[in-house]
Amino acid sequence: MPELLTLLLVFMIIAAILAIESEDLTSAVVSMGAVGFGLSVCFILLRAPEVALAQIVVEVVVLIVLLRGIVSVKPKTGPEKPDRTGLYLGVVLVGLLLVLSVYVAGEFPQLGEPSFARFPDSAGETYLKQGLALTGAANSVAAVLLDFRGLDSLGEVAVLFAALLGVMLLVRKNPRLEIKVEAESGPNGAPVEKGAAKVSEGEPK
Amino acid sequence: MKEGMSLIVKTVARWVVGFIFLYGIYITAEGHLGPGGGFSGGIILACSYILILIAYGRRFASRNLDWRIARIMAGVAALSFLALAMLGMIFETGGNAHFFDNLIRKNLPGTAFHLFSGGNIPLLNLALAILVLASVFTAFVLLAAVRFWETRGKKFFSSLEDGP
Repeated sequence: MPELLTLLLVFMIIAAILAIESEDLTSAVVSMGAVGFGLSVCFILLRAPEVALAQIVVEVVVLIVLLRGIVSVKPKTGPEKPDRTGLYLGVVLVGLLLVLSVYVAGEFPQLGEPSFARFPDSAGETYLKQGLALTGAANSVAAVLLDFRGLDSLGEVAVLFAALLGVMLLVRKNPRLEIKVEAESGPNGAPVEKGAAKVSEGEPK
Repeated sequence: MKEGMSLIVKTVARWVVGFIFLYGIYITAEGHLGPGGGFSGGIILACSYILILIAYGRRFASRNLDWRIARIMAGVAALSFLALAMLGMIFETGGNAHFFDNLIRKNLPGTAFHLFSGGNIPLLNLALAILVLASVFTAFVLLAAVRFWETRGKKFFSSLEDGP
């Protein structure tokens, strides 16, 4: 299985490089999708179906949104001679990281070996062994997410809600937009006090 | 109806969308028994509505799920998640009251490995699924509105603001 995993990782790296380097936006988006689906296959191989399901579903939605978004975008041609300083710096940093990670890699547990075999008093052992008895949920991931670590899920709910609020603010507080709406309904004699109050905030171009 | 995509896309979407919705409900409902849960199930449910929106156009989709109703759904779902979490704090059982106390399971312990088990974990999953469905769908509709605003002008957005 590690050979298959390595093959998938190499495939994902090639797809990621293609996504950056390709000229066509559609092929870049499709390469990004290849990275995501390869990652979900990796999760399945590592026996994490819960994460794989979430990954594949989010990947589909992101691909739909991106493909929908790039339909009307014309690609811009880049500069003739791109600046290579950042690339060289990145290669040096990644090489340094690889050299350092060689020293750390010996300390990692083997693939498939649970961490509480090495650390007997860790919280993961309690979650796995007594999760069903303590919460009544057969899926220990759900037991951890929504019972033991429920506060983290509450934080995720807050983040999602804040993202929704951010999108709504981004769209509705467009000053250009409200001036146009006011200018449209003004001459008809419609009551526009709400739009008129907002015109004073936004600066017309 | 001139909106939306071609007849082939509409027909296939009409056949498929019910199954996608059913799969989302299944993933949400068995989140405490197997792989799945509120996040994945909610995004699958949102996928079915996004499919309707893309295939049939915005006017048909707003008859199924309007984004003004969806934003209220998101707020209600987030509040109910918080209320379920605070339920264990308010009604204490046996002298220890804490946040995210699984109160429902203490009073109604279901059979393990059955659908009615786990106390408020399925309910939290349901609230999470409704929140994810509503917020992903609303974000998609509103971002599409911005893109149309750039291309087609004010007609699209003023129809969003005024209502059907």
